[in-house]
Amino acid sequence: MTVSNEMNLSFESRSCNEAFARSAVSAFIAQLDPTIGELNEIRTAVSEAVTNCVVHAYRSTIGIIRINVKLTSDNAAIIRIHDNGVGIENISQAMEPLFTTASAEERTGLGFAVMQSFTDAVHVRSKPQKGTTVTLKKTLSRRFSHA
Amino acid sequence: MNPKFSFDDNSMKVQLCGEIDHHTAKTIREMTDQLIQQKRPKELRLDFSQVSFMDSSGIGLIMGRYRIMSLYGGYLKVVRVPEGLEKMMILSGLGSLNIIERREEPHDCQQ
Ligand SMILES: Nc1ncnc2c1ncn2[C@@H]1O[C@H](COP(=O)(O)OP(=O)(O)OP(=O)(O)O)[C@@H](O)[C@H]1O
Ligand SMILES: [Mg+2]
Repeated sequence: MTVSNEMNLSFESRSCNEAFARSAVSAFIAQLDPTIGELNEIRTAVSEAVTNCVVHAYRSTIGIIRINVKLTSDNAAIIRIHDNGVGIENISQAMEPLFTTASAEERTGLGFAVMQSFTDAVHVRSKPQKGTTVTLKKTLSRRFSHA
Repeated sequence: MNPKFSFDDNSMKVQLCGEIDHHTAKTIREMTDQLIQQKRPKELRLDFSQVSFMDSSGIGLIMGRYRIMSLYGGYLKVVRVPEGLEKMMILSGLGSLNIIERREEPHDCQQ
């Protein structure tokens, strides 16, 4: 597996950037010629990860969110969403469906469950007070061969 | 895009449009709740037919309105869910609340 293309994005954790982030990532990944369904799943998973940075990581501040996307020779997209926010104490608990620390704000604790069901793999690394990196991987179907 | 509201007897319909995420859900929530409090409808119908994107913020929006309607002794219906949003609706467990109305048959839709 080799990286065939790569992009980096960095932007402020303002909620109005949530749409920008998922659109930018899906526009970049479009070159792998995914199906509309696959692109929609990526858009949704990215929206979950970015919203978590806005809502949880930088709760009452504005910080920087970084996204790195690598496209690989085996038709996969590896998307890394990184923040320098509050971090997660207990990652496996945070990833349990319906677990949320923000129920008062109508968060339902489904974000990680959505990322998991809409991509092939979700990996989370986090350190309290340092930040969190969520890595999503999705292999796209080959609709046409790029021989 | 802001939702459009219409009223019919004791029913309040919210025509949602465009993308529902954490950012846009805030306005939708505020506008809808204000009208619910004013009009106290028996039924609230959230129409998703014009929604092109939704993440878990949309589920939070539905659950929150479900709670408010129950509190006022009314009920919520989620109607005309596009195919692209079905996976999200199923995953959320909303199905078990019995508030999602089945998609209309093709001959009922404007083509
Ligand atoms: N980037 C992050 N920084 C700090 N905490 C996070 C981050 N991402 C997630 N969390 C924690 O993990 C919990 C679960 O996240 P998840 O996205 O599954 O649910 P949620 O954001 O609470 O609700 P929903 O996504 O359904 O609106 C959050 O409530 C929060 O405590
Ligand atoms: Mg979330």
